[in-house]
Amino acid sequence: MSSRDLILARVRAAVAGVPDVEVPRAYRGTASAAAGAEGLVELFAERVRDYKAVVHVVAEPEVPALVARSVAERPARRLAVPGGFPASWLEQSEIDQVTDEPRLGAADLDAVDGVLTTCALAIAETGTIVLDAGPGQGRRALTLVPDYHLCLVRADQIVAGVPDAVARLDPVRPLTWISGPSATSDIELNRVEGVHGPRTLEVVIVV
Amino acid sequence: MSRTFLGMPGIASPGKSGQTFPGNAARAVQNSQLRFNLRKATRTIRARRASVVNELPDWAELRQAGKAIKDHTLRNLDTYLIQLEEAVTKAGGHVHWAADADEANRIVAGLVKATGETEVVKVKSMATQEIGLNEALLEEGITAYETDLAELIVQLGDDWPSHILVPAIHRNRSEIREIFADNMSGWGRPAPDDLTDDPAALAEAARLHLRERFLASKVAISGANFMIAETGTLVVLESEGNGRMCLTLPETLISVVGIEKLLPTWRDLEVFLQLLPRSSTGERMNPYTSMWTGATEGQDFHLVLLDNGRTGVLADEVGRQALRCIRCSACLNVCPVYERAGGHAYGSVYPGPIGAILTPLLRGMETELDRSLPYASSLCGACYEVCPVAIDIPSVLVELRARARHPWTERAGMAAAGWVFNRSGRLARLQRIGGQMRTMVPKRLPGPLSGWTDTRDLPRVPKESFRDWWNRTDGGSR
Ligand code: SF4
Repeated sequence: MSSRDLILARVRAAVAGVPDVEVPRAYRGTASAAAGAEGLVELFAERVRDYKAVVHVVAEPEVPALVARSVAERPARRLAVPGGFPASWLEQSEIDQVTDEPRLGAADLDAVDGVLTTCALAIAETGTIVLDAGPGQGRRALTLVPDYHLCLVRADQIVAGVPDAVARLDPVRPLTWISGPSATSDIELNRVEGVHGPRTLEVVIVV
Repeated sequence: MSRTFLGMPGIASPGKSGQTFPGNAARAVQNSQLRFNLRKATRTIRARRASVVNELPDWAELRQAGKAIKDHTLRNLDTYLIQLEEAVTKAGGHVHWAADADEANRIVAGLVKATGETEVVKVKSMATQEIGLNEALLEEGITAYETDLAELIVQLGDDWPSHILVPAIHRNRSEIREIFADNMSGWGRPAPDDLTDDPAALAEAARLHLRERFLASKVAISGANFMIAETGTLVVLESEGNGRMCLTLPETLISVVGIEKLLPTWRDLEVFLQLLPRSSTGERMNPYTSMWTGATEGQDFHLVLLDNGRTGVLADEVGRQALRCIRCSACLNVCPVYERAGGHAYGSVYPGPIGAILTPLLRGMETELDRSLPYASSLCGACYEVCPVAIDIPSVLVELRARARHPWTERAGMAAAGWVFNRSGRLARLQRIGGQMRTMVPKRLPGPLSGWTDTRDLPRVPKESFRDWWNRTDGGSR
């Protein structure tokens, strides 16, 4: 008997006669509020700040100036910019854009100063941004290896809670949920920001 | 059936006689550094957890849903495993089935050898610790590098993990500095000469030490927190980014996952992505969660489904609820016994209250150590209260005690309290009282319950009574 058949047979023998259970879903499900609704932007900004990330809330016309200021302050010169990232948002930035086509090797990726992306959606209650490798987001390693990640979130991408996010996301795509910069509490439970992922996460909310 | 291997051969070898929980605990309690670290750690995480759990108005409902989803999954595990296999295969992944630790290790070693590589990077995984994968790979000439900071500390220190979430919590910063300074060079990039014991400096040393390895590695091994039957998606929650490094950079990814980690539908994640981070690190969300389905971004993906005693636990009417466990470690952090004894005393990779039931359930109760584990508790009920999937650990402990009466325990005490344990309603009531008592610490329960407090130590004054307990048993030798 193959191990597959053996395991399945053991499972069937183990649960024979055990009654099934209904799953009660009395918890808060998807919110009735529309994405980007009043209050969600403030909540999201507050929750992301709790993770010690830098957060800005700006109107669309101010985005190019803000991005330019942010990367200059870092300072970050060579920045990975995935395909589909709105070119207009970079108009005022003095940077060397590095594209990922053809794919950058791991060492090349390690040599850039940072990465600029959009996101698939964001979750207000938990201060989470989710990337799904869609336009402007790039593959997963792109937002991992560089030390600085600037992520732009449109207000209408901010949903209320985790159930709203799960309902909107497509599991076929590779997903990365990001809640603050990389961190560890492994040494005497002291939180240290930045271990292997980007040590600085900057989130720009475009209202 | 051969004994299920659960790691930690050096500490609690099944062959070594005389190992018992109280014996191990007695040694641990004398280690004041360990006690200090543990107390600080468990109190800090406990407070964090409480604040983010209390913030959710529907925590009780999420917990009920989490419990029911797991029970339903376990009841239909065969169906969902087959569904998962189909979905992963359809998405370009390869599924392997391992009945026990040996088979899983053989499969993984074979897959690594097929790539021609002799080095692999690893993401922290209880399942691979459980099967002793690193040791098995070493015998095949393959070196496995742990990449989680705490696991790195444990590996470089030639040590064993002592906590599910923060495995190196028994080490303080100066010990960690020494471990890095002495041993990093033997494993790769040495620690900087001027390394201090500042946690940020230590984390930076780990970052530098591991970076080259991440960038160069061709094969990675991971576990998973969840697998979705409907879609074939695997989910890994982490904090540092080492998980993302392992999951995305190497060409070949091998994930070793216990068969109980299944969830039927994508939607079910909405429950567990709320329950797990808040219960575990006490955060609203952990820094990074990765989800992937099959062969992603051109990777070669292998999933090894692990039984290793789980189907035996599934057949156990009382014990099967232990398979609901999502390894959050909340029960460790509230346990007065764990806080004093530390993780190593439990003699398996699963410490604390969940270990006290899961280890004997998986491994059987043939050794002194495994027979003593169900007694590593005061039955105060705090573990049940915090468990996000409502595993009734005290009831399982009581059942296991009945199956393995231990010579050095007070039979009389157990008998006097017998009427309580026989009636689940009373036990539940008692657990609630026990939970409330954690702040009040009364000397005795009134009326008929006094027989229980008179023989159960910890609900009174935990520290003294624990000492009483092992003193009375002369460090477990009686
Ligand atoms: S038994 Fe419950 S509280 Fe303990 S680790 Fe498992 S899920 Fe968490």
